[in-house]
Amino acid sequence: MTTPYISVSEIHKSFANTEVLKGISFDIAKGEAVCIIGPSGSGKSTLLRCLNGLAAVDRGTIRIGSHSVHEIRTDQQRIALRKDVSMVFQQFNLFPHKTALENIMMAPVHVLKQDKGEVEARAHALLKKVRLDGKARHYPGELSGGQQQRVAIARSLAMRPSVMLFDEVTSALDPETVKEVLITIRDLVHDGLTCVLVTHEMGFAREVAEHVYFTDDGVIVEHGKPAQLFAHPEHARTKAFLDQIL
Amino acid sequence: MPVLNMAAFERAAALASRGARLELLPVHAIVLAMCFMVSIGIAEAQVQSGHPSVLATLWKWTPLIVKGFGFNIAISFLAMAIGTFFGAFLGLAQISMMRPVRRGAWFATHFFRNAPWLVLLFYCMFLLPFKFTLFGTTVPFPDWMKATLGLSLPVMANVSEIVRGAIQSIPTGQWESAYSLAFTRRQTLWKIILPQGIKRMLPPWMNVYCILAVGTVLASVVGVQEVMTLTGDALSSENRPELLMPFYGFVLLLFFAYCYPIARWTVAMERRYAVDI
Repeated sequence: MTTPYISVSEIHKSFANTEVLKGISFDIAKGEAVCIIGPSGSGKSTLLRCLNGLAAVDRGTIRIGSHSVHEIRTDQQRIALRKDVSMVFQQFNLFPHKTALENIMMAPVHVLKQDKGEVEARAHALLKKVRLDGKARHYPGELSGGQQQRVAIARSLAMRPSVMLFDEVTSALDPETVKEVLITIRDLVHDGLTCVLVTHEMGFAREVAEHVYFTDDGVIVEHGKPAQLFAHPEHARTKAFLDQIL
Repeated sequence: MPVLNMAAFERAAALASRGARLELLPVHAIVLAMCFMVSIGIAEAQVQSGHPSVLATLWKWTPLIVKGFGFNIAISFLAMAIGTFFGAFLGLAQISMMRPVRRGAWFATHFFRNAPWLVLLFYCMFLLPFKFTLFGTTVPFPDWMKATLGLSLPVMANVSEIVRGAIQSIPTGQWESAYSLAFTRRQTLWKIILPQGIKRMLPPWMNVYCILAVGTVLASVVGVQEVMTLTGDALSSENRPELLMPFYGFVLLLFFAYCYPIARWTVAMERRYAVDI
């Protein structure tokens, strides 16, 4: 394996007296897509939040490109990290007072201070990429869940991040709109964007992930190629989880 | 018995939640106008021969009373402006990342929110100088200005809570998604949180204004020449006890005519901006 782009080593994280992450380590190469699966409350979301600095780790190291995430202390360092590492949420979290187009344009205009005309052209192209051209002037409240989530993905892409984190992005969607979001993400993976996905969509994980991690109770129980992990899980816990969900 | 108690409790709770805002209905206008008419009727019956009628006397004093009322409105505008300006700062300070700032703002807010308005008014009247010297020039500091400052203190505290509450009512997901797009805390607050919060602030802010507008008559206690003081002056110069009810009824009507439309507007706005998440 070439030098990893994301390198996580022995990270620990506690909330109050509950240890949520109990020593997690993994490496991800540039352009790789990995899925993290596991039961609710196993620390998957916390892990993603540690990667873009929304939560700080207690112990251990996280390196993403040139960023030493575990050592971040200042706002400038945090901002620099988040320009590279963007995140899409379960609840979309679009800005309800802005149109789809404005949602996409805000960060490049205000954070990157890019030219408004150029950003607008790019935002239109991104809407087209997520198959929502024609919805530019719609407000989030006027869009379906799946459409909102695709706008949220486009909004993150507008920052041209090198890593995208997806936190159960289809869990809050109606079954019929899940597919359109998954297709959008699959396109990104095929484009070669580094993606870390927390997901309950096992079929999707099997299809797009190059590597799958199964977490439970704050540790990585098992990991491997999807074909191998889904077909021949080694650990009893993995087996039990997969039996339940598949 | 417990069932009865429960019902009484629910009624009291409903009343309490309704009492939290100044709610005026059309029926209040009708009742008030009828009381006013009846008071004029009764007073007319008591007019002694040789005296002009109650309506004629009221008409004579109307310009003065209305002028006083205009002064009340002016005080309410000014106190609202000052209170909103400082209250907005105080509200933002309440969500500061710096603990001492947050604590200080919290204390100031709750101190002034829980102080009786009249006590604050008296403090301002007696603690502030009647003039002060700035760069060699003496600036007078009249009573009405001190009263305005006194009234702006509780407004400030209430606005502070409105601002804090509106900001904290915005889902945390909005902060997190903005942070994930590399916005700073300040950018997130100004570009994403406050634009959404303003809508939620307007109705309670207008409620505070209505309460302030009717509260300006407190300034009469400390001798400001506003509507209550002037009405009292008019009554004492007439020295006719039958005029008391119609004159003060007239003042009540003035305030109702002013506050009622604002209260209705507030209700309409609350409906329009009803939170839909």
